[in-house]
Parts: sequence; C-alpha cells; structure tokens
Amino acid sequence: MRWKNAEYAGWGRALQANGELTRPEARSALKKIVADTPAPAIGNRRSYGDACLNTDGKAIDMTRLDKFLGFDPETGVLTVEAGLSLGEIARIMAPRGWLPAVMPGTGFATVGGAIGHDVHGKNHHGAGSFGQHVQAFTLMTAAGETRVTADSDAALFKATMGGLGQTGVIASAEMRLARCKGDIVTVTERRVENFDEYLGLLDRSDATYSVGWIDATAKGASLGRGILEEAETGAGLVPPSKPSKTIPRDAPGFALSSPIVKLFNAAYFRRVPSHGRSMVKPINEFFFPLDRIHDWNRLYGKRGFHQFQCVVPLAEAGALREILTRISDSGRASPLAVIKRMGPGRAGYMSFPMEGYTLAVDFPNRDGAERLIKQLEDITAEAKGRIYLAKDSLSSRDRVRAMYPEFDKWAAEVAKADPDGALATDMVRRLGLRDEI
Amino acid sequence: MSETWIILGASSSMARAFIRDLAARGDKLLLAGRNLATLEELAQDCKLRGAELAEPIAFDARDPGCFGAIITRADQETGVLNAAVFVGSMPDQSAIDADPALIDGTITDSFTGPARFLQMLAPVLETRGNGMIIGVGSVAGDRGRIANYVYGAAKAGFATYLSGLRNRLGRSGVHVMTVKPGPVDTAMTWGLGKMPFMTTPEAVSADILKAMKKRRNVVYTAGIWRLVMLVIRTIPEPVFKKMSI
Repeated sequence: MRWKNAEYAGWGRALQANGELTRPEARSALKKIVADTPAPAIGNRRSYGDACLNTDGKAIDMTRLDKFLGFDPETGVLTVEAGLSLGEIARIMAPRGWLPAVMPGTGFATVGGAIGHDVHGKNHHGAGSFGQHVQAFTLMTAAGETRVTADSDAALFKATMGGLGQTGVIASAEMRLARCKGDIVTVTERRVENFDEYLGLLDRSDATYSVGWIDATAKGASLGRGILEEAETGAGLVPPSKPSKTIPRDAPGFALSSPIVKLFNAAYFRRVPSHGRSMVKPINEFFFPLDRIHDWNRLYGKRGFHQFQCVVPLAEAGALREILTRISDSGRASPLAVIKRMGPGRAGYMSFPMEGYTLAVDFPNRDGAERLIKQLEDITAEAKGRIYLAKDSLSSRDRVRAMYPEFDKWAAEVAKADPDGALATDMVRRLGLRDEI
Repeated sequence: MSETWIILGASSSMARAFIRDLAARGDKLLLAGRNLATLEELAQDCKLRGAELAEPIAFDARDPGCFGAIITRADQETGVLNAAVFVGSMPDQSAIDADPALIDGTITDSFTGPARFLQMLAPVLETRGNGMIIGVGSVAGDRGRIANYVYGAAKAGFATYLSGLRNRLGRSGVHVMTVKPGPVDTAMTWGLGKMPFMTTPEAVSADILKAMKKRRNVVYTAGIWRLVMLVIRTIPEPVFKKMSI
C-alpha cells in the first residue's frame, strides 16, 4: 500500500498537519494496513480542529471505503462501510422513504466520523445522538473485523461512540434508519426578535427538526435575534437543487470583517418576511445548506477559522446570554451562528450532548479570537456546560477532563484497545487525553 | 428498458464510479474481475443504489479460458447489451527496466487480453445489432514518453484496436467509444506526486455518460487533455527525444 506525504487540515484550517496518508479501496486492503502500520482513520475531515490530524505520523483516509453493504427494509437497518457519507445515504435512501435517523449540518460527514464524534442533528431534542441509532460497528484489527454491539461489549461500545477513533479503526456500521415520507421538507421560517423570545420558541417547538440562525452581531434589545427554522419531511416534487458552486481560492482577510458581517446579517435577517413563511425544499438544502458551496471554509482566508460550540444546561440560559453578549461586543463573529435546544440523548462516555441549549459560532482566525474563545469556555465551564470536541481547536487538558465526567471510563477502555497509542491524533496529544499511556 | 453491461475490471477506481452511475439508472450489471469477494460487495452496493441486477463474474485478462462464460451469461439478457473495459496495469518503468518480462503482463492486461475478449464479443453484438463498447485507454498511449512507455505502448495498441473495431462494428449499429483519461485520482496514481489536470473517477464517469449520449468516438477526460496531447503530438521528434515530460 502506497503512502503519500500530504499537508492537510480539518475544516477550520486554523490547524494544519503534515504527514503520510494512504487510501485503501477495499476492506481487505485496510486489514493489511492495520496489521502493518496501525494509524488513526480519517474521513472527509469535516471536524473543525485537529481530531482528524496526525502531524509527523500516518493516517488512513477512509473515503473510498464507501459501499452500501446491506439493507433490511423490515427493520430499516442499513449496513455500510465507514467512509460512506451521510449525505450520500440520504440521497439514495430518502426517495425510498428512509433517512439516517440523525444528520449533522454537513452531508459530507462520514459514518465513521459521525460515530467518532457521536454527532447530533436538528432533531436531537427528539431523536438523540447518532450513536443511539447505531446497532453495531466493526473495528478492524490485524486479525480481521470484530463486530461490537452494546450487548457484546458495553464499555467498548460506549468508548467508541464519541471516542475520537481511539478504540480502533471503524470499518463498517449497522445503523437504524428512520422512516420519512419522501425527499422533501416543509420548512417554516420565522423572525425572532431577541434572546428571550428565542428561548421561549425553542422550548415550545414541537417540530421534528428545528434549528435557529442567530445574528451574533446584534446588541442591546436585539441581542440574540435571528431566524428559527422548523421542518418536517414529506413527499412531493420540487425543482432539483442547482449545481453546487466552489470557492476557487482563499478570500482576502477583509471579506468577513465586522462591518461586512453586520451588513450581511441585517440583510439575512430581513430575508424572511416579518410574518414568517413556509416553503418546501429538497432535503439536502435544509439539512446541508452550506454543502452546495464547496470549500466555503476558504471564505475565511488563508488563516482559517475557529468554531466555538458549547452546550449549557437548561437552567443556565443566563450563561448563554452572557456568551452572546461577549461575542456581539467583540465584533468578531462571522455570519455563521446557530442555536438549538438539545435533549439528553447521548451514546458514549465522551459524547457532547446534554439537555440544554447549544450555541455554535465561527470566528475568523485573527488576533484576539483565541482570547475571546477562552473567555467563552470559562463561562461555559462555570455553567457546568461543555464544549464540542468535533469543533475544538483551542481547549486544554484540565478543562476537557472537567467537562466530561466519564473521561476515566473512556480512557480505561482506550488503553485496553490501543495500548501502544498508535491511534493518537493531534487533538489527543494537545488535550492530553491519553497521557497515562 | 434497462440495458445490460459487461464491466471488465469492475473493481478499479474508475469503474466503481461508472457502475454506480449505471446502477442509479437501474441498469443490469455483470461485474467482471479477479477478486470475487470484492465484486460480490460491489454488486450488493450497486443493487442498493438501484441496479436491476448486479452479479460478480470471474475475469482475468491473462486467462482467456474465462472469456466465453462471461459472453454466454451476458447474451442471456434481452435488450441492449454493452461492454466497458477498465482493465490495465501500470508497473513502474524502473521495475520493467529491472525485469523486462513484466512487459508481457502489461501488454496482456492493457491490450491483448481485453482485445481478445472484445474480438469474441463482436459477433454477438453484430447479431444483436445494437449496443456500445467503451474502451478506456490513456493519454499515455498518444506518445511514448520516458516515464512509462511500455504502459503507453499497450494503451496505444488498444486505442488502435478500438479504432479498427469501431470501423467494423459501426456497420452493424454497434458503437465503439475510446476514452482517454489523463491522470485520475485513483489507487494507481496515489502517492505518485502532483500531476497536472488531475481529475476524479466521478468526473470521468460523468464525462463518459455525456459522451455516450452524443455517441462520441474518442473522448479525452478531463477535456483539456485533447488540447494538451495535440500539442505534445506535434512536437517534432528531434526535439521531443530530448525532453522529459
């Protein structure tokens, strides 16, 4: 198997790696690689920080292990290779009345990555996290594939869900799909004038899918204004999506400067009429709105960006208001800011979700962004919330251990599964997650 | 009415993108290659993606004994019968320099094996009076270069063969299309360094499908390679022999 030296990065591009990559096209080839040179597996690199990086080491690009392996229409259980993307599953299965039970904000996320981060979607309040719909997965070892279920090895199962790929190379997964009526969604968009109204609407929403865009530049009485989207899947006919566009090169630094973001956000807010509106869209446009602009991360320029995503318990809404105030005062936010109410569902020891409110905001990687994010982390920690490792590029060892109370259980399983630390990544080293080995 | 396809070398990176597109059209696929376990999984993948039929079938370019069974199986299907050839092998030129015997295998994999298969298939298609043969060559066949002239020679031979076959089968309503990809991001090119105008298997497949509709004869993919190779072919030999491109 050939290895090639490559510069690569996560989606945020603020952190980069230089290392060797290989890309098997069959699981038999993967088995040989794992036997010869065990290394962390990476997918489409849609996590933002360094969870998918292994500087000066090796990594296995799983994206050509993307086959559908089986589907049982009685139970809705779909078996796939781990490099298959969730968007591809949705594209193929939705016209037949099935969708991944949980879909994150990008369809490019692979099944392996969705397990490794135990991702959540716009239906987390009802459906829980991705891992809760995974019936089994296989880990590739030198001896072949080992199938793991919650019954066969509960601790290993929980250590793998959200486990950052540290328990082994995930080769395939059996996931329970959810029934849908077809491949369109009916979306209702409404303007939300401020933070309090937002929380009220999120608390009362009984839509299957809900997500809120937030204008992170708005201040004072308008703090926390935005657009709430609620949606249900359905059957019908809509025009197909326009072909995707590609951002051909890095944008200049001023493209997302504060005045431009303010102007954009104000216009974006008024896009929706004051009385709201309902419309039908193809599913991918609702679930993966940014996927139609390939390489949109280049809009942040060469230095890339950081995403801050936290969740705080329901009772700590005040902390979230404080976080939003800090962000709008700083004038550093980009247009990409999202709020959502989460349910308690989580599948692993290191899973992100907790019942509460989650906020995600992008910050261009400029001087001062780092300090601001540290302050936001402080507020999150004080509120007994946590930050999302799929997005993190700046946190620290003690902070993460304090936020993830089941860390010790995870670490014990990982030490058993990968005693030599062959699967360690840049994130694992930066956050000292495997210091005991 | 769904069409039937014989895909030689079905587990190659380029073939995989192509058979997925055919599966989405609901076609019937006979996936021919050496590794039946992998082909079995590809067949399952194609069925879940919409193929009316997908089954693995043993094919080895170096073993003509297996050719007849494939053609017999394919001829059982009614409707339009097509074939696409993705087989080929590209050992490093340095490996061939060390062991000239490797030339035989390279020529068999990329030229004489598939040519012999198509020669057996031709009368079947002539009798049926329709269908299409898609042969994947390479821009490497357009001019011999120091870096890989044995592989290039095999592909050049295959392209000339396809040209003649097109001349013959066109008279019976069977179309033969030659596809000449430039570098494609496949297992074959992984780690060989940066290459110009590299394209993806998905883009190659899209180009082939588009060219099929127009019944094109010779297709370059990415399209820029038609121009690039036109330039390279016109460089006078006294100049070209001193170049290393």
